[in-house]
Amino acid sequence: MPSVPPEALPHRVVVTADGPILVEGPVEVELPDGRKAVSERPVTALCVCGNSRRYPFCDTSHRRRVRSAREEER
Amino acid sequence: MTTTPTAPALSAPALPLARGPLSAAVLAALRGGPLPDELDVEGADPFGDDLQLALYVCYELHYRGFAGVDDDLEWDPALLGLRRRLEAAFLAALRAEVPGGGDVAAEIEPLLVEHVDAPGVSRHLRRRGELWQFREYIALRSLYHLKEADPQAWVIPRLEGEAKAALVSVEHDEYGAGRGERMHAQLFADMMRELGLSDRYGAYVDVAPAPVIAEVNFMSMSGLHRALRGALVGQFAVVELTSSPGSDRLVRAAERLGCGPATIGFYAEHVEADAVHEQVVRHGILAPLVAGDPAMAEAVVFGMQAANLLDARLSDHVLAAWHAGRSALVGPLPEHAADA
Ligand code: FES
Ligand SMILES: [Fe+2]
Ligand SMILES: [Fe+2]
Repeated sequence: MPSVPPEALPHRVVVTADGPILVEGPVEVELPDGRKAVSERPVTALCVCGNSRRYPFCDTSHRRRVRSAREEER
Repeated sequence: MTTTPTAPALSAPALPLARGPLSAAVLAALRGGPLPDELDVEGADPFGDDLQLALYVCYELHYRGFAGVDDDLEWDPALLGLRRRLEAAFLAALRAEVPGGGDVAAEIEPLLVEHVDAPGVSRHLRRRGELWQFREYIALRSLYHLKEADPQAWVIPRLEGEAKAALVSVEHDEYGAGRGERMHAQLFADMMRELGLSDRYGAYVDVAPAPVIAEVNFMSMSGLHRALRGALVGQFAVVELTSSPGSDRLVRAAERLGCGPATIGFYAEHVEADAVHEQVVRHGILAPLVAGDPAMAEAVVFGMQAANLLDARLSDHVLAAWHAGRSALVGPLPEHAADA
């Protein structure tokens, strides 16, 4: 299973500057309401901005949004 | 059903129909005829149907080949010589159309901003697309997605170190992380059947307009030439950086149109997977690849700009047709009810 780090190595967690936290998987994420979200990916992106429609996983909703007129939407 | 060592030949598609003298010459050569000496490659439209289809057919010899066509023609010197001329014309046209440069970060930046009201196929489909348009789009995209990740796999032995390891980790995900039924190409095939489309490899080549073929050709060309490995990575980066929000729009389109779980699932998978792939591509592939290598940075920028250009041409073609109430295909969408 190349996606799972060898026993001796700790799972790597990467905090990105502008987006999600990347966690080496597979992972089970437990949410405050008791719901459990499972990701079997080799790497999972956890949403930290709170805007994801697929929370707790990042869906790139953290991106800056603009109109063509170039004024910021948020 | 019996399994024999020659089973892969079953998935080899039939030869497409010619669209002009160049594609007719290549197709005749694949049927065993000689290749004419006098072919006017330089006079052909480098983005046009004839040249692009001729190139596409040449490249398919490196993927699945064609039913009834000798596999050894993949390395036929006359065909390779013609392919080289077709590629040179296509590449020169691309280089003439993009500004170039060497600042990869500056190319990435606008791709990470969501232009809420920008035009685009996925935006159209999300807001007011109709089911026939969604099906057309899937049929067109099948030229790539039924071999999703394959053109990019050619680049693996041409990379080194961290960039190579990171690219393989993304490809591993595209290939289902070790599970055949989860390969993205397989998920796409599942969606096609759910939408009543044929998932037979190559089924829609004859109805694909030139901009669709050109986009796939750019991937194949960049994958097959080591000299274009930077462009391949640039192309790959554009797809991975823009796919997640685009896929989210297509999830919403599919939900609004009442599509089934395989259709929603294909795009939902890409929302999450490509949110990860974006990060791996930026930090794991691009950063180490271009660090201290200005020539590589220029190659990556070219690949990104060419990918953006071809995507815009495809999008313009499709939206112009739909806005005029026409099909974006070359002919009517073939119905494949008889397909097993
Ligand atoms: S961090 Fe990406 S959507 Fe929240
Ligand atoms: Fe994919
Ligand atoms: Fe991806």
